[in-house]
Amino acid sequence: MGEIDLALVNWSRAQFALTAMYHWLFVPLTLGLSFLCAFYETIYVKTGNEEWKQLTRFWMTLFGINFAIGVATGIILEFEFGTNWSNYSWMVGDIFGAPLAIEGIVAFFLEATFFAVMFFGWDRVSKGFHLFSTWMVAIGSNLSALWILVANGWMQYPIGMEFNPEKARFEMQNFWEVLFSPVAIAKFTHTTSSSFLVAVMFVFAVSSYYLIKRRHVEMAKRSILVASVFGLISFAYAGLTGDESAFNNARVQPMKLAAYEGLFEGKKGADLVAFGIMNPNKTLGDGQDPFLFEVAIPRGLSLMGKRQFDAFIPGVYDLVYGNEDENIVGYDKKIERGRKAITDLTAYKDASKAGDTAAAEVSLAQFKENQDYLGFGYLERPEDGVPPVQTSYYAFHIMVYLAVFFGLICLAYLVYGIKDTIAEKRWLLPFGVLSFFLAMIASQAGWVVAEVGRQPWAIQNMLPVGVATSNLDVGNVMTTFWMFAILFTLLLLAEVKIMLNQINKGPEGA
Amino acid sequence: MASYPVRVFRFYRDGFRSMTLGKTLWKVILVKLFIMFAVLKLFFFPDFLSTQFSTDEQRADYVMEQITAPAQNSN
Repeated sequence: MGEIDLALVNWSRAQFALTAMYHWLFVPLTLGLSFLCAFYETIYVKTGNEEWKQLTRFWMTLFGINFAIGVATGIILEFEFGTNWSNYSWMVGDIFGAPLAIEGIVAFFLEATFFAVMFFGWDRVSKGFHLFSTWMVAIGSNLSALWILVANGWMQYPIGMEFNPEKARFEMQNFWEVLFSPVAIAKFTHTTSSSFLVAVMFVFAVSSYYLIKRRHVEMAKRSILVASVFGLISFAYAGLTGDESAFNNARVQPMKLAAYEGLFEGKKGADLVAFGIMNPNKTLGDGQDPFLFEVAIPRGLSLMGKRQFDAFIPGVYDLVYGNEDENIVGYDKKIERGRKAITDLTAYKDASKAGDTAAAEVSLAQFKENQDYLGFGYLERPEDGVPPVQTSYYAFHIMVYLAVFFGLICLAYLVYGIKDTIAEKRWLLPFGVLSFFLAMIASQAGWVVAEVGRQPWAIQNMLPVGVATSNLDVGNVMTTFWMFAILFTLLLLAEVKIMLNQINKGPEGA
Repeated sequence: MASYPVRVFRFYRDGFRSMTLGKTLWKVILVKLFIMFAVLKLFFFPDFLSTQFSTDEQRADYVMEQITAPAQNSN
């Protein structure tokens, strides 16, 4: 493929990041608010209290606005796969086909069918069937997310497949291995639980605003009480699944773990940086301290990554240049094996075209010896395999700090909610309003950790981003980047305007 | 008693008719879908391999060429 146009690769990257991040503004609220609506409606059906019905309809209306504005924004990502990432798209088509088809069917039948009952069915179907529909929308939305995250999990940890050199494709060998990949499961559970927290913060923000304005006080207090319980459970679960994600990273994506922990040189009993300012001039192997200032938890990183206090956690340096004492093969050696894999694959292709079956078989056998390192063969230097460390580090730590804040505010809102004094805590309520915006930042930061932290790979160790792109004119990609920026900003402004209008109307307008 | 399909039809018809905020949201959805499929997909996002090649064999050959020629820099 000759010299890769870095401007094209980076604009393609930027465009995909922009659309994915905008799409992700809408999704977490859908995932979490759908369950909150189901909880509120369950209480209504159990108690028969009409005030709970009005409360449910209010939050359901806000859910509907978010759903309507956000729906189909993800389709643009699929357009981009075909246009900007055609090599990648071709190579993973067999793996992604099944999960994405299931996602489409589940989304259509569960969400589309029951969504109509949820909105049109009040007073037209039985209470029980309406409640069932609301639960189905919540479950359906989250199951849709499962299949997307299974596909993403496979990119981070490609298993259950085999590379078919005749078709230049990764082909699925074991569907269940792909579905139940530990990375995919951790990704799904962490993403959904953190999305639940985003929705809880949304309820806190709107309800706190009402309490500050002394409007719809009873509805706001009820909404907060249920949301704070859901929030605390989600907080605990997000913490556990986040820990599981870090454990998986240590096993299958150690470079990502080293990057978001700012660990340049590995050690036994590695400390976990609780707070630190990174040295902006730090480069690999320059001997400088990676931190200007740090507060660390002794041996915390070894415990998190390997479940042992004294375990060795490799740093960026160990992974790039290898560490014989710890039996870590460096990227320099992996690049050699990757280049051998590419050479053998080329020989296989040429022999196959020439009809030389015997030579093709030999080349294929040699290719298979090194195919696990295929992606490294495209890297020019070992250092090219290092993701942006500072971006990963700060994104991860911002996410964690904000998560702690969410846990604390859930606890405070629950305690004052139970005591029925939340409306009097005027000092606390502005934090409640602020919490939703912080939750959006934390949610986006989480994806930055997940995706920036695994660069340069489109498929971990198999296909770098540069090889995944289509050979397009960079001007076209820049044009569509700005088109998306304008379109999505308009959509976001529309959502904010309609949402604020509805919030101002209050439950009577639902 | 109307048949099941008729009742389902009426359910949706009456639901759409009684919408207030929903009408605005549907307008947003339809404009968005029009822009996405009739403008973006049609003029700016052709499927690269589908438009360049007519068979899967040609597409596989092309991708194979792309991944076997040595790369200078893949970041």
